[in-house]
Amino acid sequence: MSSQRWVGQSVKRVEDSRLLTGRGTFIDDHPPVANLYQAAIVRSPHAHARILGYDVAAALAMEGVVGVITGDDVAKATKPFSVGVTAPVHYYCTATDRARFAGEPVAVVVARDRYLAEDAAEAVLVQYEPLPVVLDPERALDPDAPLLHEAVGSNLAGHRRLVYGDPDRAFAEADVVLAERFKFPKYGSTPIETYGIIARWEPLDGVLTVWSNFMGPFIMHPLTARVLGLPENRLRFIVPSDIGGSFGIKTSIYPYIALIGLSAMKTGVAVKWIEDRREHLLASSSGTDRIAYREVAARKDGTVLGMRFKWFDNVGGYIRSPEPGCSFRPSGNFVGPYRFQDLEVDASVVMTNKSLTGPNRGYACGHLYFETERMMDLLAEKLGLDPAEIRRRNLLQREQFPYRTPTGGLYDSGDYPAAFAKALEMAKYEELRREQTKRRAAGRYFGIGLALAVDPSVSNMGYVATALDPQFRAKPEYLPKSGAVDSATIKIDPLGRAIAILGTTPQGQGHQTIVTQIVADELGLRPEDITVVDEMDTFTRVWSISSGTYSSRFGSVGTSAVALAARKLKAKLIEYAAHLMDVHPDQVEFRDGAVRVKSGQGPSYSIKDLAGRAHWHTESLPQGMEPGLQATAVFGFTVSQAVDPEDRVNSSNTYGFIAEVMAVEVDPETAAIKILKYVTVHDAGTIINPMIAEGQIYGGALHGLGGALYEELRYDDHGQLLTGTFMDYLVPTASEAPVIEIAHVVSPSPLTLLGSKGLGESSSMTVPAVIANAVSDALAPLGVRISELPMTPTRLWELIQAARPKRKT
Amino acid sequence: MKPPRFDYHAPTSLDEALSLLGRYGGDAKLLAGGQSLMPLLNFRLSRPAALIDLNRIPALAYIKEADGQVRFGAMTRQRAVEFSPVVQARLPLLQEATRWVGHLPIRTRGTIGGSIAHADPSAEYPAVLAALEGQVVVRGPRGERTLRPEQLFRTYLTTSLEADEILTEVRLPGMPAGAGYAFEEFARRHGDFAIIGIAAMVIVEGRRCRTARLATAGAGPVPVRLRAAEEILEKDGLGDAAIDAAAQSAGELVGPDSDIHASADYRRHLTRVLTARALRRALARAGGR
Repeated sequence: MSSQRWVGQSVKRVEDSRLLTGRGTFIDDHPPVANLYQAAIVRSPHAHARILGYDVAAALAMEGVVGVITGDDVAKATKPFSVGVTAPVHYYCTATDRARFAGEPVAVVVARDRYLAEDAAEAVLVQYEPLPVVLDPERALDPDAPLLHEAVGSNLAGHRRLVYGDPDRAFAEADVVLAERFKFPKYGSTPIETYGIIARWEPLDGVLTVWSNFMGPFIMHPLTARVLGLPENRLRFIVPSDIGGSFGIKTSIYPYIALIGLSAMKTGVAVKWIEDRREHLLASSSGTDRIAYREVAARKDGTVLGMRFKWFDNVGGYIRSPEPGCSFRPSGNFVGPYRFQDLEVDASVVMTNKSLTGPNRGYACGHLYFETERMMDLLAEKLGLDPAEIRRRNLLQREQFPYRTPTGGLYDSGDYPAAFAKALEMAKYEELRREQTKRRAAGRYFGIGLALAVDPSVSNMGYVATALDPQFRAKPEYLPKSGAVDSATIKIDPLGRAIAILGTTPQGQGHQTIVTQIVADELGLRPEDITVVDEMDTFTRVWSISSGTYSSRFGSVGTSAVALAARKLKAKLIEYAAHLMDVHPDQVEFRDGAVRVKSGQGPSYSIKDLAGRAHWHTESLPQGMEPGLQATAVFGFTVSQAVDPEDRVNSSNTYGFIAEVMAVEVDPETAAIKILKYVTVHDAGTIINPMIAEGQIYGGALHGLGGALYEELRYDDHGQLLTGTFMDYLVPTASEAPVIEIAHVVSPSPLTLLGSKGLGESSSMTVPAVIANAVSDALAPLGVRISELPMTPTRLWELIQAARPKRKT
Repeated sequence: MKPPRFDYHAPTSLDEALSLLGRYGGDAKLLAGGQSLMPLLNFRLSRPAALIDLNRIPALAYIKEADGQVRFGAMTRQRAVEFSPVVQARLPLLQEATRWVGHLPIRTRGTIGGSIAHADPSAEYPAVLAALEGQVVVRGPRGERTLRPEQLFRTYLTTSLEADEILTEVRLPGMPAGAGYAFEEFARRHGDFAIIGIAAMVIVEGRRCRTARLATAGAGPVPVRLRAAEEILEKDGLGDAAIDAAAQSAGELVGPDSDIHASADYRRHLTRVLTARALRRALARAGGR
C-alpha cells in the first residue's frame, strides 16, 4: 500500500549535522535545572572487605560540601534491588555491610563542584577489614573458597540444568564425540560518553526527576522506584535526545540513578554525577568472563546429533539484573543455525570479587558462537571434512522456516544456505584454500576462518524466567512474564507536516533518520517534512517495561510501532477524505501524499488540505470521528510468550543470520595476526537504511575484534583491576580495523510491518569466533588450537612456542 | 579524575622558569606537551604544588645544526621533528622513529624534551638518543651540564635531573651519509608504547661493518644500548650468520620485565626477532656496499 521511496535508501542522517558541529544534547550539556551540585563517589580500594565504619567529619567540614551519603544511609533509606534469581543476594546501590569488588561505591560526596567533591571524597575515611578474595568462577564454587554472601551460603547465584530432546541418546548413538574447554574474557564497551545523571527532588510534590543516559529496558524504572520507596508516578526518568554510545552498558546505570537520586533527596540540592573514565572501567558494567565445557556428538558424515554446554558465568560481586541473562538471553537460539535437536545446558552463574556484569553488545551470543563455531571446526578437523562442508551439512534449510528450535525459539525467516553461499563466494573461498596450500608450502601460516550465527533481536522479557526452576514458576503466586512492545505517536500539524514522538533512547543508531524515512513513505511526505522527537520521558511518553533501545530492537519493534501509527493515521485521513468526497472509503486510495478516487475521476485531497480542514473546521469531520490528526500505536509481538514448563522460550522475536569468512596470516616469530580478508553477510530482513546498517556492522565487527584480540578487564590476585586506563585496556581503533566487505541477503520478517529485523549487535557476536577459527587454521601445521580469548601476542606466542620444536629465535 | 589544587605559572623565559622551579623547592612539575603529565595529575598520582608551563617560552623550540650535531630545543613538537627537512637529511632514524610516537594529535602536542625527560623506557626517543649517542643539555641554578643517555636514564620514569633543573636541549650527532638505519617496533596497536622497539644504524665499508648501533625500547627500566651485539657486527660484518648472532646476543643483553601487555620471555624473544629485522632493513638501506 505504501510506496518504498525512502525506505531502503542510504538517506543521510538528520542527526549528523548537530553531532558533527558539537551541538548534540548529551547529559553533560545544557543543565536542565539551575544550581547544580556535583557528586563524587567514594569507592572501595579492596576487592573484598568488611566495612567497619565511616568518618565523614573532615569531608563535611570542607567549605562547599553539602552532604555525604554513606552505605549506612543507603541501608536505612533504601531497599535492595530485586535480582533475577531466588538466591538471597542483597544488592544495594552502595556497599553496606561489606564491599565485594574493588571500586564498589561506599559513599557519595555532594559539593559545589567536582574538584571539591573529589577532594572531599579523599577525606572520607572508611574503616575496612580486608577479606580473602576469589576471582575465578570455578574456584569460587570450591567449598573452601572465600564466601561473598553469607545469606546465600555459597558463591553460586543460580544454577539451571536445561534438557531439550534426548542428549544422552544422541551421545550414545554418536560415531564421534568431542570435548573442549573454552575461556571467554570479561570486556565491556567503553562508549565515548560515560554514565551521567542529574537528580532533582521536589519535596512539595514528592517527585524525584532524574535525567540520565539510561538506555532501558524501562523495567528498571519500577525497580528503582521500589528501592527508593517512591510510587512509580512520583519518579520521573528523562533521557536527553543524544546518548554517546552504549552497546548495552548503560542498562546498568540504574543503581547509580538510585544512589544519586537518594543524594538529591538527602541533601535537598539538585545533584549531578558524570562518571569518569576510571570509574567506567573499574565499576560500570561488562560482559561476563566464562569458562565453558563443550561436548558435541556427531555422525561420521558430520551430522551433529547433539551438544552439551556447561558454563560458569562470572557476574562479579553481586548478580545485578538483567543477569543471569548472560546464560539465558540466547535460550531460543542456543542451537544457532543448525538442525540438531538434542541439547543439554548446564549453567552456573557465579559471584566473585570482580566488577558487575550486564548486557554488552551481543549479550552472551559472542560467548555462545565462539564455543559452537570452534566446536564445528574441531569436528571438521576430526572427521577430515572441510569446515564449510560440515556447516552446510548441518544448516537449517530454507523450507524449514518459520522454524521452531528445540529450545523454543521461533526463527521467523531466513535462507541460511544462500547467505552462507554468498559469503563463500564473495570471499572466493576455494581460491583462498588454494592460496593457503601455496603459502603453507612456503612455510607461512595462512588461515581461513568461518563463522555462522543466528542474530537475535528484540528480547522477549519473558526469557529471564528461564533462570527460575519450573517448579518455582508453577507456583500459583508466580506471575508469568512475556512481551516486547514499543510505541510511537504521529501527529499532523495544520499545514500538513508531521511530528513523530518516540519513547526510545537512541545512542547513535539514527532513529530520527529512520523514522523520517518510514513516515515519509507511509504518508507520502518528504523526509524533511517530518520532525522526530525521541527524548524519553516516563511522564509524557507511552511506554512499558520493555521500552528502551536495547537488544537490537528498534529496527524491528520500534519501526513497526512507527509504521503502525502512520497507517492508523492514514486510515483516518482516507475516511475523512472519503467523507468530504461523499464516497465510500473503499472507493478511494492514498497515493503520493493525497487521497484520490480510485477511478481517477473527481477531486483529490492532499495531506496539507486535509490537515488544514481537520484542524480549522472540525464540523467537516464525519459523524463520530475523533477530532485531531494524531495516532498512537503500541506494537507488540504475539510470539513473545512465557517460558513453558519444559524451559522452552522464544527468547527474542526476530532472528537474523550472519555468515562470515576471514583470512589471516600469523607471523610465527612475533605472533602478530594480520587480517587479509573479512567478508560478512547479513540477513536482517528489509534494510531500511543501508548506510546505517553498514555502520552498525562496522561497529559490531570492531567490538568483536576487541574481545578477540585486545580487550580484557584483568585483575591481579588481590582483585585489583590491572586495566584501569586506556593505556592498558586496549580498544581497537581505526588503525586496527580490517577492510570489511559487507553484503545483505533479504528474507523479510513476516512478523514486522516493514519486514525488518534488528542488526545492531551483528558481527560483535561472530568476530571472536571467525578470527579464532582463522588463527587456529593458520597455526594448524603447528597443532595450535585457540580456546581462549583474547589472543594477546604473549598468549599466542606461548602457544606457538609450546607447539613448535624447540629452537632459538 | 580531577586534579587537586595547584598553582599555575606560565613563564616566558627559561630564567623565569628556573627561578620558579627553585622557589617551589622540588614541589613543582614542568608542563611540556602534557601527554603524560596531565593524566597523572587527573589520576591524582602526581600532586605537585605548582605547574610551570613551558609552552610560552619560544626560545625553547628550535631545530638547528651546529658542530655536526642537530640540536633540538626541548619544547620542539614531535610533529615538527617529523616534518623537519634537517631531520630528514641528517637524522632519518629519528624521523622513522617519530612515526611510531603515539598518534598525530599526540605528536602535535608532545615534545622531544618532554618525551626524553619523562624517561618512559618504552618510548621511542630515548632509544634513538641511546643508539645515536646523543646528549641532553640541562640547566639549573648551578649552571649548565650535558648528560649522555647512560648518565641520564636511571630507571622507569626516573632521570638524573635534579628537582631544580630543566632539560633544555637534545643533541644528536648527524648520521653519516650512507648510514643504514631502521626503527623496528612491535606494539599491540598502532600508536601504543612499544612492547619492544629497536633502533639500529649501520655504517658499511666494503664487506665490513664499520659501525653498528643498536638500542632498545621496552626491554627494561632504561633504554639498553646493545654494545656486545654491535661488536659482533663490527667484527664479523653483516652476513646472515653475524646478524643472527647479534640478534641472539641482543636477547641476552636485555633484562625486560613482565607486564600485562607482554611477558619478559616474549619481550626477550622479540628483542632477538626485531634486532635481526632492524639490521636487515638497515643493511638494505646502507650505502657503500
